[in-house]
Amino acid sequence: MTNHATTPPAATDTPMIVMESVEKWYGGFKALTGINLSVRAGEKIVLCGPSGSGKSTLIRCINHLEAYEKGAIRVDGITLGDDSSTIDAVRREVGMVFQNFNLFPHLTVLQNCTLAPMRTLRQGRKEAEATARRLLDRVKILEQADKYPAQLSGGQQQRVAIARALCMGPKVMLFDEPTSALDPEMVKEVLDTMVALAEEGMTMICVTHEMGFARQVADRVIFMASGEIVEEAPPEVFFSKPSHARTKQFLGEILRGH
Amino acid sequence: MGLNEFLFLLAGLKWTLALSAIGFVGGGVAGLVVALARTSGIAPLERVAASYIGLFQGTPLLMQLFVVYYGLALVGLKLDAWVAVAIGFTLHASAYLGEIWRGSIEAVPRGQTEAAKALSLNYVSRMKDVILPQAIRISLPATIGFLVQLIKGTSLAAIVGFTELARAGSIVSNQIFQPLLVFGIVGALYFAMCWPLSLYGAWLERRLATATR
Ligand SMILES: Nc1ncnc2c1ncn2[C@@H]1O[C@H](COP(=O)(O)OP(=O)(O)OP(=O)(O)O)[C@@H](O)[C@H]1O
Ligand SMILES: [Mg+2]
Repeated sequence: MTNHATTPPAATDTPMIVMESVEKWYGGFKALTGINLSVRAGEKIVLCGPSGSGKSTLIRCINHLEAYEKGAIRVDGITLGDDSSTIDAVRREVGMVFQNFNLFPHLTVLQNCTLAPMRTLRQGRKEAEATARRLLDRVKILEQADKYPAQLSGGQQQRVAIARALCMGPKVMLFDEPTSALDPEMVKEVLDTMVALAEEGMTMICVTHEMGFARQVADRVIFMASGEIVEEAPPEVFFSKPSHARTKQFLGEILRGH
Repeated sequence: MGLNEFLFLLAGLKWTLALSAIGFVGGGVAGLVVALARTSGIAPLERVAASYIGLFQGTPLLMQLFVVYYGLALVGLKLDAWVAVAIGFTLHASAYLGEIWRGSIEAVPRGQTEAAKALSLNYVSRMKDVILPQAIRISLPATIGFLVQLIKGTSLAAIVGFTELARAGSIVSNQIFQPLLVFGIVGALYFAMCWPLSLYGAWLERRLATATR
């Protein structure tokens, strides 16, 4: 959310996120098998793959909602360690939007947006509310600022969740199937918000099966299966000339489903 | 029964209320610590809290009061009856409230903690601002139910020589030989404290059920 609306910053060569040989186990089950991924500042990645392939696990490792056993993750030059100071530092740079919104039900929309900036960035109430109102306006929901989440539709709640994450001024936004829990008629309002964010130059990793969105904004589409990155390519190539059999099969299933 | 006897009962009632308040406040503070330890994610701490809860839920309150008052006196620690009873009720209530609140904390959906972590809120803020306000709401019916039990449980303080409502009743009854009348009044006084609380708890429970339908 910068003021450079006229010249949207293009993806640069500076890596914003680097994952090196990241391995993640759930007990005896290997959920991530040596993930290598580098995301440049301003780049938009769409992550897709069958259920259980490790998409959520991958992005949840980036802000350490999941611990990982091997490998290294760097975000904006900060190496994620096991100590709470680097985890905190990374979380301040990384916003996350969940499938089920996860708004705080006992707080109003505005309070949802001001809580973290006031607690962790030590902003005063005035400043935090001004930022929150500006961002709620950006996601076109300012008029609902004093309502509680339960009084909003799913699409509205998800846009509030996006605004809440943006209030921390993140450099990266992670989306985990942000439209999967929505009624079909509300999918578009959330995708439009994400497209606008992408156009402003936000670095984004989106787990989604909205292939129209992928075609429109992704710099790269990454296909995962069984905890591995199987294929990655720009959307034009990914959709027209996928090279792996599993990708072809997956695309076939997805496109049939629509 | 004369006015003096009745005033004596009311004095007992006053102690019953005071003991309940002490048990509830002391038990509430200590119970919060127990509940937080029990849900801390730190295995040794969780085991200690679980043992503590098990110990005080698994033994009679009467025995706990007895141990605190006479047991500690045996090892040379002579406590005032007040202090002994306050400690006894605090221990007892903290175990029960700790267990009730542990359940409520765990009933708050995981996504709430995850969203709070993703926003880089620290543990204190996650608990104070996000989890506990929701957990307390969930726990209210059970917490009030326990408060009712606690009020009735204060009658056991008589064992260490405390003249609360029930003991005041038996003293008066021994003086004027009208046990039916005296204990009728004592019962009515307990009922007047507990029944509205029970109603309130049931109402909260219904309201909570419709809110989270
Ligand atoms: N907490 C957990 N404990 C044990 N196994 C888990 C846990 N979370 C995920 N898994 C397993 O890890 C694998 C990857 O899960 P993940 O949620 O990352 O998949 P996904 O690609 O996001 O799937 P979906 O499209 O269904 O969301 C799955 O096989 C899943 O069963
Ligand atoms: Mg997932």
